[in-house]
Amino acid sequence: MKRLEILKTYKLYIGGKFPRTESGRFHAYMSGKKHVANVCRASRKDFRDAEGSARSAQVDWWRKTAYNRSQILYRIAEMMEGRKEQFIEELILQGHTKAKALAEVEKSIDRWIYHAGWCDKYQQLFSSVNPVASAHFNFSVLEPTGVVCLVPKPGEALLGIVSMIAPAIAAGNSVIVLCDLKSPLSVITLSEVLHTSDLPGGVVNVLTGELSELLPHVSVHMDVNAIVYAGDDKEQLKSLQLDAATNVKRIIKVDSAELNSTEDPYLIREMSEVKTTWHPIEQIGASGSGY
Amino acid sequence: MKKTSEHWKLAPAPEDRSQATIASHYDLFIDGKFQKSAKGKRFKSINPADEKVLSEITESTDADVDKAVKAARKAYEGEWGKLSGKERGKYLYRIARIIQEKARELAIIESLDGGKPIRESRDIDVPLAAAHFFYYAGWADKLDYAFPGRKPRPLGVAGQVIPWNFPLLMAAWKIAPALACGNTVVIKPAENTSLTALKLAEIIQEAELPPGVVNIITGHGKVGAAIIGHKDIDKIAFTGSTGVGKLIQRSIAGTHKKATLELGGKAANIIFEDATLDEAVEGIVNGIYFNQGHVCCAGSRLYVEESVHDEVIRRLKHRMGTLIVGDPMDKNTDIGAINSSEQLETIQKYIGIGKKEGASFYQPACSLPKKGFWCPPTLFTDVAQSNRIAQEEIFGPVLAVQSFRTVDEVIKKANNTPYGLSAGVWTDKGSKIFNLTSQLHAGVIWANTFNKFDPTSPFGGFKESGFGREGGMHGLAAYLDF
Repeated sequence: MKRLEILKTYKLYIGGKFPRTESGRFHAYMSGKKHVANVCRASRKDFRDAEGSARSAQVDWWRKTAYNRSQILYRIAEMMEGRKEQFIEELILQGHTKAKALAEVEKSIDRWIYHAGWCDKYQQLFSSVNPVASAHFNFSVLEPTGVVCLVPKPGEALLGIVSMIAPAIAAGNSVIVLCDLKSPLSVITLSEVLHTSDLPGGVVNVLTGELSELLPHVSVHMDVNAIVYAGDDKEQLKSLQLDAATNVKRIIKVDSAELNSTEDPYLIREMSEVKTTWHPIEQIGASGSGY
Repeated sequence: MKKTSEHWKLAPAPEDRSQATIASHYDLFIDGKFQKSAKGKRFKSINPADEKVLSEITESTDADVDKAVKAARKAYEGEWGKLSGKERGKYLYRIARIIQEKARELAIIESLDGGKPIRESRDIDVPLAAAHFFYYAGWADKLDYAFPGRKPRPLGVAGQVIPWNFPLLMAAWKIAPALACGNTVVIKPAENTSLTALKLAEIIQEAELPPGVVNIITGHGKVGAAIIGHKDIDKIAFTGSTGVGKLIQRSIAGTHKKATLELGGKAANIIFEDATLDEAVEGIVNGIYFNQGHVCCAGSRLYVEESVHDEVIRRLKHRMGTLIVGDPMDKNTDIGAINSSEQLETIQKYIGIGKKEGASFYQPACSLPKKGFWCPPTLFTDVAQSNRIAQEEIFGPVLAVQSFRTVDEVIKKANNTPYGLSAGVWTDKGSKIFNLTSQLHAGVIWANTFNKFDPTSPFGGFKESGFGREGGMHGLAAYLDF
């Protein structure tokens, strides 16, 4: 007798839990003519919940040691490696050839390894001790921008999304990934990986939905610090930039193809703020200047 | 109350204003020479300490803005663009040297035009302006080292709009890194304080900088908007209020223009019971009364640990009584003139609001000159976190004091603001300092000091205090594509 297959319910990932959208809406995801899943169509309220989770998770995430963050990113790669086949199958469902799917999954896993390594190194690269002309110890370090919304280019199923999340959380931010409904499957499976990698709930939140519906709420939200936009829609980008002024959000435009093909720490830097600290140096018997 | 300042009567020590030359009027500095405006409309620039006219300044038209941008573009695509980093740097070194040579004249004009005490113009504004050019001069041929693995390139023509609180210094902050990175510049000083920028134009001529590399045009906010809105500008650098910063952010949406914004602030200055209280009191005074409180990073919210609150306030009031308010040109003056009648009105409005909100008001007795715009150092105690004087940027010598009991409480209160430009911490305990400095959301944190600036030290804010940094290696990123 033929065994009946268990179909997967693709849900959202908010605050370390997998709820359905509060709106009860779904999107019938088709692979060619085959109905694959009823994917959640996230609402404005889902986004607000995700933002709240992201905000409360961010402080503790940044307070972990860089070494610990590095190990958690590495752990994500370990967990992904173990579910390689599932990612490949899903990418094929989303239109990839088998060879392309395999290459993308392997590259995505390696991307985690790459940024795991940066967690406890970028600070040394981008920080400075500043030789001020007075008796002060003065240094500048990077701190996370805070809550960052990531908008991958629609159609990017895995690598384009990992390439945004990894540097964002390596930098100590918490994120909300706003994934379009064009290829929403792998990102949800990715969130299951994240969930089992010792990543605290709320550091990464994943919403699948209509960008045109969600973005107008995201861009005016007063507690979002930055939006990273990898899409090509000039009008959409412009309206994000217009609304960003509400609370002086940082809008970071990245090129999706470039993001996928290159590895460097500059997006970590862009999703960080420079903080400079001054402290006097005692003058008794001292030289009269800093470093 | 007895006037403490009477114990400290000092003989007048006026700076000699004849050491500075101010022309009766100034044209626009475009393409290496002073040129008349298309329309030739002028407005008067007055000394806020006596309301006398210092000079007449040109109100630029859109045609003038266009001419300046064209000159900058021509220079970028021409001589300046072809110059090596080393040669660019040498021009900047020259400018730094000439500023040093003319430091006295520049300081006098800065104090006459803006109302700030001559001691501050002489010891802070002008030397820092020279130092800024000197610092960035050296970067011009070393840019590759600042961005490992990348090949940085200039952005093109930068449009820069600066405020009236540090006129020459802000011009230096904007022009020096832009030029070091190979860009050309159209800059507008604030309408109230154009004179030192125009003097800088003369210095740039004297340094034989190629024509069009720096264009300095004057006028009101409309002119700034025209620069920012000009389609051939590649980069916007703005220092000013958060309100205007937001308008700018909106206005460049959908364009290719890159921007850095250095906006308002409402800095928390936090005093713990184990701080050296006399030093802390000096830090409070320097934090809020420096430059009449016209400082975006001013320590305008004071948080004092409850156990020492009364003692700190007692010492602070005593110290306030010794501050000398008056003639900016007197070398003994601590607090000069408020920059303009409009700003004085804003400050007085907020003082009225503070009183209405129920906070306790204090000003030391001091005699103010009859003419000009003045505000004595002002203190509000018994302030609530929700009071407007504790939330909104006043940009004047007005301090709002609150007390606190625990570290967690004061961090929460300090961070509870849309701004994030600067903060101060006073304690003798090193580990406490780093606990605070790592948790305060602000771009610049002064521990056991306040309001210190240096060209090597990046400056700029978190959150609604803007984005991008000025100063230091990090300041290069604002003017490069990498």
